[in-house]
Amino acid sequence: MKYAVGIDLGSTTTKAVVIGTDGQVLGHGITNSRSNYDLACQVALTEAIIHTRFCLVESELTAHGVEGPAATRMLAELELRFREQQYRGQLAVLDAVTRRMAAASPPGTMASLDRVLVAMAREVGSMFGFGATRKSDFFRDLAGARFLALAEDEARRSGIRFEGIVGLFDKAILEVENTPWEGGAFESQIGSALAGTAARTPALEAAVRRATAVPLEKIAAVGTGYGRSRLPFPKEQIRSEILCHGLGAHAMFPLTRTVLDIGGQDTKAIQVDDRGIVTSFQMNDRCAAGCGRYLGYIADEMNLGLHELGPLAQSSTRSVRINSTCTVFAGAELRERLSLGEKREDILAGLHRAIVLRAMSLLARSGGVKDQFTFTGGVAKNPAAVKALRGLITENYGELHMNISPDSIYTGALGAALFALRDVQGTPLPEPALATNGGSHAH
Amino acid sequence: MTPAAVARKDASQDRQKRMIAEHFSRLARAPETGEKNCYTYVPGNLTELLRSFDLLPVLPEINALQSGMRGKTRDYIAVAEKAGHSEDVCAYVKSDIGMQEMGNVGPTGERLPDPDVLLLSYTGCFTFLKWFELLREKYKCPVAMLHVPYQGEGVVTPSMRKYVVDQLKEKVIPALEQVSGRKYDEDRLREHLVRSVQAENDLVAVLQSAKHRPSPIDAWFGGVYYIGPIFTSFRGTQDAVDYYRELRAEVEARIAEGKGPVSPEGDVTERYRVVVEGPPSWTHFRELWKMFADEGAVAVASTYTKVGGVYDLGFRHDPAHPLETLADYCMGCYTNLNLPSRVDMITQYVEEYAADGFLINSVKSCKSFSAGQLVILREVEKRTGRPGGFIESDLVDPRYFSGANIKNRLESYFQMIAQKRAGKEAS
Repeated sequence: MKYAVGIDLGSTTTKAVVIGTDGQVLGHGITNSRSNYDLACQVALTEAIIHTRFCLVESELTAHGVEGPAATRMLAELELRFREQQYRGQLAVLDAVTRRMAAASPPGTMASLDRVLVAMAREVGSMFGFGATRKSDFFRDLAGARFLALAEDEARRSGIRFEGIVGLFDKAILEVENTPWEGGAFESQIGSALAGTAARTPALEAAVRRATAVPLEKIAAVGTGYGRSRLPFPKEQIRSEILCHGLGAHAMFPLTRTVLDIGGQDTKAIQVDDRGIVTSFQMNDRCAAGCGRYLGYIADEMNLGLHELGPLAQSSTRSVRINSTCTVFAGAELRERLSLGEKREDILAGLHRAIVLRAMSLLARSGGVKDQFTFTGGVAKNPAAVKALRGLITENYGELHMNISPDSIYTGALGAALFALRDVQGTPLPEPALATNGGSHAH
Repeated sequence: MTPAAVARKDASQDRQKRMIAEHFSRLARAPETGEKNCYTYVPGNLTELLRSFDLLPVLPEINALQSGMRGKTRDYIAVAEKAGHSEDVCAYVKSDIGMQEMGNVGPTGERLPDPDVLLLSYTGCFTFLKWFELLREKYKCPVAMLHVPYQGEGVVTPSMRKYVVDQLKEKVIPALEQVSGRKYDEDRLREHLVRSVQAENDLVAVLQSAKHRPSPIDAWFGGVYYIGPIFTSFRGTQDAVDYYRELRAEVEARIAEGKGPVSPEGDVTERYRVVVEGPPSWTHFRELWKMFADEGAVAVASTYTKVGGVYDLGFRHDPAHPLETLADYCMGCYTNLNLPSRVDMITQYVEEYAADGFLINSVKSCKSFSAGQLVILREVEKRTGRPGGFIESDLVDPRYFSGANIKNRLESYFQMIAQKRAGKEAS
């Protein structure tokens, strides 16, 4: 099976989307960005291939009449076991690297480290149990959170310096995530994942066998995103993320005419024509105020998780007007409002409105908002931002159809993949839709 | 690039360099030689008149942009801000104030003389007024003020012309007579104006050479060098006449050889032809040029190269009516044009120079230049059907130049043009 891939190397995450020669999405993958850009791309692609293979397993099952809740549960268990195996494999690498780095540490450190690492390995099973929640699926976040918690206990119990032991992890994780690792691939872990799947049936085993045997051949690749100039691609295989977002949004929602993307450090307002060709765009200037980072900063100030901000803001009954568009000043204004007795949810509602107002200004500068309007980027997952945006759009441009895809984080990578395909085919763009089967896969 | 081409390119550039070095050296020696100088501005400068009084022009804006190119403005601006000027004040002003506070050493490394007179011919920029107020305070020197009426209706009326001529006669000339100790000599002024016309004719030929494919020049990055002599201290001098004759011959030779422009990185292969509105970012001039050159983007026309005089639309100094022609010149500078005139001009450039689109560099320092630029963008897009691009930076404050952001926007813009072309070919 031939495929084209688009890779979106963002400031926070790297995304890959794999499409077939008909333009249909086969799979997508995501990982955290890191100093080794080349490796971040490889991992994202590996993850997209894993997703592709899982989708193939599902198709195989369906083709052989294995469908329904039991089949879904069986597949979900297989995926969970796969993630568990992947995590175990990478944990073993981390274990070895951390111990090597601790070799020259003061006496007592190695014993403490040993207790932490052993405990980490012991709890893997419960982390990947059915119904267990994980705030992130990136190894760095998962392992980091557990290491920190266990190291804190260890420091309390043994009196060893907490910073010393955590410093070892900080150093080790950099080496681990910047060193190529074969163990992350589908073929490396699927065997043991299948063996560990309690609900497996001969039909699943056969489907996995057939899906694994499908040859996948990369015929084209295009890179985009902030780190695109550092991608290991020739210049002609690199596209601006603005073009990729425009085309990606068009592919997901073909009636799109205006796209708003609010990412970690930039906001883009893009106008596209009926073929997804960008006709005009505006983006924020030097300052990242009003982007995703702003919300991250506010969450830190309020000691909340990023995902908790939106729901809390939604419980507001009276939005407080926030004047500062500067991220740091907004933090000061937030503290001042709190000291004046304003409610947290009301201040948060005001902050969400403030960032959306900045986006509204960019939209106006790019030529306004036309039907249909597609909202992408990490902030599109925040319900309070969506609510504020919907209100302001209606107020300024009337009732419009607003699209938000659960896979909107892949918009840029999808556009890049379509450019890649067009480069090799030299034909007009097909009209694909993002695959929704298989759920989201992350590593 | 052939060695011969390098030699030809260098001839006019070397000449310009020599002219500048000699001028600044004369200024540095002025306290000993007794030569008098006059600080003044580029838009609406009265160089021929100053030269007819043997006054040496000093242009603080040019000093500021030169300081920007030499990486000095970060320190100069810091000095000015320490002295109480806020971050929002025009960076040209702060660079100039900072430079003067740090010894008033000009772009060639020689000290500039204190001003003998400030000629405040202010055209389209109200900050000019405040800037010279600060200098008057520092140097306690006389100010000759020329108020140039704004072309609000897009035309120069006889009463506007008379208003300027009357000021020249009643205020400016007497003030210059007093400072220079010379009587006003109209015949001498005419001689200067005759030489101005010669240089203007050659400059226009150079600017219009960009109508060729490929364009032999870059009319923005390269253009700012070409306008150097005529916008500053040399209009009306024999040096300027010789410079433009030589430059024109070089450009014509490039056309004959079918060559595109030369950037500091080498020859540029033309892939995109764009019209540019707004000044360059002087602190990152080379970096910005490289971003264009790497994409094969060539500016075929620019409005910035008209801030010190719009010649390519027909205006020439008229030696037969010396004061009236100076008035027309001042009122016709690009900075003095209203928004509809600017839209007309950019639209005309996009069409005549067969541009793929036009780009705006909106600078934070200059509100009077930046205000309305998005209106211009939409209107020109509507009239020409060609896409507008928008970047934001500053004249000489390096803190307002985000390379990654600008590169991202430029690449996106040029790829957008390419995508449109491909779309057009497919349909």
